[in-house]
Amino acid sequence: MYLGLAFLWAPVLLLAGYAFSADRIPFQWGGFSTRWFAALAANDRLMEAALLSLRVAAGAATLAVILGGLAGFALARTGAFRGRAVFGALAGAPLVLPEVVTGLSLLLLFVALAGLTGWPAERGATTVLLAHATIGLAYVAVVVQARLAGQGREMEEAAASLGARPLVAFCTVTLPLMAPALAAGWLMAFTLSLDDVVVASFVSGPAGTTLPIYLFSRIKVGLTPEINALGVVILGVAGVALGLAAWLLRPRRA
Amino acid sequence: MRGAVALPFLWLLALVAAPLLILAVIAASTAADGIPPFALPTGWQGLADNLAVLADDPLYAAALLRALVVAGVTGALCLLLGYPMALAIARAAPARRPVLLLLVLLPFWIGFLLRISAWIGLLRDEGWINGVLLALGLIAAPLPMLYSDGALLVGMVHSYLPFAVLPLFAALTRLDPTLEEAAGALGARPAVAFWTVTLPLSLPGALAGFLLVFIPAAGEFVIPELLGPPEAQLVGRVLWTEFFQNRDWPLAAALALALLVLLVPSILLFQRLEARA
Repeated sequence: MYLGLAFLWAPVLLLAGYAFSADRIPFQWGGFSTRWFAALAANDRLMEAALLSLRVAAGAATLAVILGGLAGFALARTGAFRGRAVFGALAGAPLVLPEVVTGLSLLLLFVALAGLTGWPAERGATTVLLAHATIGLAYVAVVVQARLAGQGREMEEAAASLGARPLVAFCTVTLPLMAPALAAGWLMAFTLSLDDVVVASFVSGPAGTTLPIYLFSRIKVGLTPEINALGVVILGVAGVALGLAAWLLRPRRA
Repeated sequence: MRGAVALPFLWLLALVAAPLLILAVIAASTAADGIPPFALPTGWQGLADNLAVLADDPLYAAALLRALVVAGVTGALCLLLGYPMALAIARAAPARRPVLLLLVLLPFWIGFLLRISAWIGLLRDEGWINGVLLALGLIAAPLPMLYSDGALLVGMVHSYLPFAVLPLFAALTRLDPTLEEAAGALGARPAVAFWTVTLPLSLPGALAGFLLVFIPAAGEFVIPELLGPPEAQLVGRVLWTEFFQNRDWPLAAALALALLVLLVPSILLFQRLEARA
């Protein structure tokens, strides 16, 4: 257990620690300094890429929650319908397809579409968003389906027998049941989008440099301490978000 | 109720089914100069030609085989390291479990590329590990660690470990703890009880964890590119080169199809395990 945790954490902690080193060579100690955080803030291209990534991730996660929520609900609650097997297989496919296959096939779709309809004329943030929403959809659908499968239908049936129309029953009973799964799914889709290099590289164009695409090209050339500083910022944000989530979800006495 | 199915169904048909179909069509095309750089197929001859190219050049078969071996070794190492972790979390007090799970997952939030860059910083010739070993006088010259198969596997295991830990943890918490107690009451020592009761019962979870690592790892592109030896041409990297550098779209598509076909048995097995769980 502790061996495994040490293996997982050692590189992360060293990266964070050396972000505060003044030395120009990353992972060499040159005295305490925050100069790399200043350099990070002054790096316009990185900041631009990070903003784009956040926008794409938020959009993709939101789309994924709407579509994946519906898909998970359909798989868990609507029983048999024509094409259910195909629907289930398609909803699960993005989870098990290798990234290079997903990325390549989506790019070919966008190229074919552009040839047929003139859209998308230029690949970039929009095409990345569509691709990430599709992958996120699959994750949300799985989580929502599992959540609903673990809950009985009694409450929905009770609502129906008390006279609620299906839409009302869905909004007042099923939707609140799904809420934790939707929140978890949004977070998963958001994180996946922020972390994806391969699919984004395939479906993006010159106007769509997301943070991972930018970082990948930078790391290939060579490391800089700025990247360590970025890691500290991300860990800090993740820690704050986590604290906030724990505080919001803290057990409350009724 | 109809609408709940229609909207995501149309989306999936457009963005999952159609792309795979187009991939198959492009794999049957012939490369040509132009934008996009291929001529549409007239029959199945193109696919046969592209597959013949893949079969004739040992580079492609080697890349596919090597990717499967690396993914298999990564999966096995993740199980070896992940099983004790999952077991420890499953046996911890329920109040401590979320904290331990979080400790496993939190390093992920720093981002995949930053974790890989940390390993580059640790493993390279002037990196942290060599620096420490040199300072301690254990070695006289830096050990060349980066750009090796070892570095590749370390990066892969570090990236994919939670994919193995989570299904294992799920499988182990589902087990009835009284089974092992019963074995103990009947005189089995803890090691024997674990070996004959818990381990066999957790095998489906272990297999699911292995596949959850194996399937995505087989197509991995970024880690071999950043940590692996330059001559290690895994299929993800070859596909990338064919597509972006050689601009041979039909060949890249055919290679993607080949990888997909090789992975289909694992994917089906994984889905069966998931359906049973």
